[in-house]
Amino acid sequence: MRVLRVPCTGRIDYMMVLKALHKGADGVIVSGCHPNDCHYTSGNYHARRRWMVFKKMMEVMGVDMRRITFSWVSAAEGARWAQLVNEVTDQVRALGPYTEFRQVIGAGIE
Amino acid sequence: MEAVIQRAKELLEQGEVKAVLGYAKGTGSARRPHFARQAGQLDKLVMDEACVQNLAVYVTKHEVKKLGKVAVVALPVTQRAILQLMAERQLRDGSLAILAVDDGAVKELDSASALEEHLALKAQVLNAKDKASLADLEAMDQGQRWAYWQKELSRCMKCYACRNTCPMCYCDHCTMDCNRPQWVPVASHGIGNLEYHMVRTMHLAGRCVECGDCGRACPVGIPVHLLTIGAEETVHELFGQRAGHKAKLDYALSTFKTDDKESFIR
Ligand code: SF4
Ligand code: SF4
Repeated sequence: MRVLRVPCTGRIDYMMVLKALHKGADGVIVSGCHPNDCHYTSGNYHARRRWMVFKKMMEVMGVDMRRITFSWVSAAEGARWAQLVNEVTDQVRALGPYTEFRQVIGAGIE
Repeated sequence: MEAVIQRAKELLEQGEVKAVLGYAKGTGSARRPHFARQAGQLDKLVMDEACVQNLAVYVTKHEVKKLGKVAVVALPVTQRAILQLMAERQLRDGSLAILAVDDGAVKELDSASALEEHLALKAQVLNAKDKASLADLEAMDQGQRWAYWQKELSRCMKCYACRNTCPMCYCDHCTMDCNRPQWVPVASHGIGNLEYHMVRTMHLAGRCVECGDCGRACPVGIPVHLLTIGAEETVHELFGQRAGHKAKLDYALSTFKTDDKESFIR
């Protein structure tokens, strides 16, 4: 697992998720502080809307959304974070490598 | 059509507008955009069912803005695009004389508020064909959708016709052309195409006026409009907002409600 730290959920560009998949990640966790708990007041409310639209777009494209997990976990919830990471890692391991996506990464490149 | 030409002629002759933008006969049965800068060039204007292009794509161009006030023969999709462009501050309110042509009748609108009122009179309905295609996509399972889009997008050669024809894609410096950092590969290989279309869809969600021009522009017939129109419909379902209906910016992704409902965030 590789952690990419950003200052706020509002900073999570959906391109980061796409790049993670592009770089060969088999699963991605997108996470940040709970709604109403944002250091920057409304970053996560904006993020929530973006995730809602992004998730639907990815579904329409046919991306396997079992590989992308969205969650609210704050910096004060160490135990919850550990549990989430363990769960997701097990889940992604069970799914195996994301071969469908990896085929596309190689497609058309001579 | 007579009424539009008559009114356009008056506007041009009285010097109220510097040019009239409408449709003229193109190759075969196709229609092409036509700029008339003198009254004598107005006879070429035509108006029939073959006139489908969203002409709003031209009015944000620097060359056209430089002309001064322009009259635009505007279908409902063009009206929506112009209103959205005004809300996004890409067009100055009052910089166009909009000759709204809906169901044969002509109405002159020259401000964002007049457009908003006019558009509020009739509900926006998605055409039956696109609606059916979206339903077909919805009915597929994840693997089928992936296979469908991979097959379609494999023909994409990144000519960017879909981007360039879209009235809402007006940025001088598109993120697709940025190479520092380069988020999306320029090549039209598998991942380059996939990421391009994902980004285009995200940039148009909540801003697409559902004209379908992107799909029509594609030289290899990829139904890319289903992605953007689909995303626009999603935004409408989720947040109740629609592009091209408000004079004041009403972009779903730049606002939020504290009780926005979703069921997938753990
Ligand atoms: S994305 Fe396509 S359908 Fe939507 S406004 Fe642009 S050209 Fe029209
Ligand atoms: S118009 Fe068609 S071929 Fe050209 S970039 Fe768009 S989808 Fe690709």
